[in-house]
Amino acid sequence: MQLIIESLFNSVAIGSVLLIAALGLAIVFGLMGVINLAHGELMMVGAYSTYVIQLIFKLPILKPFYDIYVLVAIVVAFIVSGVVGILLERTVIRRLYGSPLETLLATWGVSLILQQFVRSVPLAYATGFVVTIFISLLFSTFTPKKLFQGSRGKLIKAGALSTSAVAGVLTAGLLASLVSKLSRASARNVDVTAPAWMRGGIDLFGMTFPKTRLLIIFITIISVIAVSFFLNKSVWGVRIRAVTQNREMSECLGISTENVDLITFGIGSGLAGIAGVAVSLLGSVGPNVGVNYIVGCFMVVVLGGVGNLLGTVIASFSIGLLTDIIGSGRLLTIWPNMPHQLASTVDFFSTTSMARVMVFALIVAFLQYRPAGLFPQKGRMMES
Amino acid sequence: MNLSRKIFTGIATAAMATTVTACGGSDSSGNFDDSVTVGILHSLSGTMAISESTLVDTEKMAIEEINASGGVFVDGKFHKIEYIVEDGASDWPTFAEKSKKLIDQDKVPVVFGGWTSASRKAMLPVYESKDAFLYYPIQYEAQECSNNIFYTGATPNQQSEPATEFMFKRSPAAGKPFFLVGSDYVFPRTSNTITKAQVKALGGKVVGEDYLPLGNTEVAPIISKIKVALPSGGIIINTLNGDQNVAFFKQIQDAGITPSNGYYVMNYSIAEEEISTIGPEFLEGHYGAWNYMMSIDSVASKKFAARFKKRWGADRVVADPQESAYNMVYLWKQAVEKAGTFDDNAVREALVGEKFDAPQGPVEVMPNHHLSQTVRIGQINSEGGFTILEETGVVLPQAWNQKHPSSKGYACDWTDASKGEKYKL
Repeated sequence: MQLIIESLFNSVAIGSVLLIAALGLAIVFGLMGVINLAHGELMMVGAYSTYVIQLIFKLPILKPFYDIYVLVAIVVAFIVSGVVGILLERTVIRRLYGSPLETLLATWGVSLILQQFVRSVPLAYATGFVVTIFISLLFSTFTPKKLFQGSRGKLIKAGALSTSAVAGVLTAGLLASLVSKLSRASARNVDVTAPAWMRGGIDLFGMTFPKTRLLIIFITIISVIAVSFFLNKSVWGVRIRAVTQNREMSECLGISTENVDLITFGIGSGLAGIAGVAVSLLGSVGPNVGVNYIVGCFMVVVLGGVGNLLGTVIASFSIGLLTDIIGSGRLLTIWPNMPHQLASTVDFFSTTSMARVMVFALIVAFLQYRPAGLFPQKGRMMES
Repeated sequence: MNLSRKIFTGIATAAMATTVTACGGSDSSGNFDDSVTVGILHSLSGTMAISESTLVDTEKMAIEEINASGGVFVDGKFHKIEYIVEDGASDWPTFAEKSKKLIDQDKVPVVFGGWTSASRKAMLPVYESKDAFLYYPIQYEAQECSNNIFYTGATPNQQSEPATEFMFKRSPAAGKPFFLVGSDYVFPRTSNTITKAQVKALGGKVVGEDYLPLGNTEVAPIISKIKVALPSGGIIINTLNGDQNVAFFKQIQDAGITPSNGYYVMNYSIAEEEISTIGPEFLEGHYGAWNYMMSIDSVASKKFAARFKKRWGADRVVADPQESAYNMVYLWKQAVEKAGTFDDNAVREALVGEKFDAPQGPVEVMPNHHLSQTVRIGQINSEGGFTILEETGVVLPQAWNQKHPSSKGYACDWTDASKGEKYKL
């Protein structure tokens, strides 16, 4: 019994990291069909946001609230990665819809740029840059269109832009002067430390459940529920699904596909940011964080069936279960008297490296039989 | 060189000389009769840059110190040391290519360089075919002994062997079984082969081992294996690489694998630099083994740390690899002065037997081109340093490990033409 609980918990723990990482990609790649190789770097942006928030909460004024900084970081990481994603969509991806190869190359280039960016730009300035873009986005969204028209429109526009630029410069200056760690560029990996109440584990049924793992599982569940609610129940969700199914027809019916693309990509990127928070709690934060996850993300989405959220969920938990069962050699514990030949094979694959080989081999084999994944998308999109 | 520049250089060297005279008291002269250019070859970009740039800083500091105290005295002339820094870019073929450039084009008599075993293996054929000389400063898996490389880092018998013995005999987990964890590449695997043989000889038990592929940070399966293999605590030998340590220590602490529950981790790749990255709150109570630790309470060690901080910033730390890099520059200087020439073959002969009062204590160059060194076992404390628990006497280096099945009974001696790289004892 204990074995089953432990195995299940581990599978869910491994699976939920995969799932939260792949959730944004399931939307961007699954629904929009954009092969976004910079998805990992959007996670990295989220992880660095967590680091910045952690340092800000160490300032004397915010010190009393240090315990809840992770919750703040989740919201901030969603916004920051979303903003970077929107910027990416507006400047690069929008021009490349319908040409997957070019998108692949361009986003790969963007991922390299982002990696180098965090290496060579002080984080305080990076924060200022994001703040500038965020505020100017707010202006362009919430200012009534009328204000931008007429003779004074240009002036107002310029005013809005300069206000956001000033806000960005002020943020950068303030952060750089208050937190010395943010004022210098560094290629060194940095560390996010969970507040004391989140470290350690909960002892139950004679086992220890790590609290950070529980938090990640919780974040993942909330995110999946929120995403499926958004896609199925909200107005924008309906629009997104409509555009996914038939772009021309949706456009004819008055849906602004440009805005739909922007919002879909923004949300997908924001989810990558949340994944970044989760990942930063497990390991260290560095320019290469995203690279380690991107292959796994695509694997989950492809295995689950492109464009199917449920498929992504099931795929990530199956990979988690396989990794746990093979990697920790559980079969040997369950069935100690298995024939010698079989036992040595199981033992051979029960190291982390070999388990990975085995899991990938199984996925490749599975995709031979079901090339479209666990839940193939039916409908117009597949026919075209 | 125009006049004003000449004057400026003169003033600068004089100023440097006076500062050193003030604290060091060594004789000095501001005038050099000649100069010699050496090569420095480490990664200044890519993944290894973080670690290797600290070596460049240390080597520059050592060269500046030598220059300030009069330079290298060869053939009746004071030589100023100049250096050319090349970037290996964390890419092993680049190390070989830049080595060729330094040797052929810049005609440097010596190259100080390398960190990873992969970079050393890539450079080795270049130095052997051109009969040039590389000084390599990192603790490594040994099983190599080249006439053209001088190794100033620890061999396994100068780090992991005393550490394993300490863990098995005198640590709080003494007598308990071992579990070995490492990154999946040559150093951890070779090191663990040696550890397994040693534990067996000591009468202990290795109950499991696992290797994490480079870049992977999912430690959950390893944790459940450790819990199955070591249900009531034990010794974990850790040879994980850089960032993977962060993931490992964060997650084992959450899973209750902590010193207070009877699990003690002995680390071979975590020095002061790494402790500050991972965070002492995750490492406190675990162990490390090195030749040099910043907390060594000696005048030489404190001076070394103070000079480094003064040169590169108060928040910087010094660690074992840097100390090795510092020693090798001084040993080269001594050997050149003893040989009276920069010629490689003469310097190589002069090098063996050379002694130096290093920050870690006295070291001496052995006939197998490695150093005799002191081994220290330390426990990581809450301030991010080591509390030194044990100190061995001087340990002689074994280029061919005596516990590894493939090299047992072999040794290396470059002073005797009939023995050479690998001879049977």
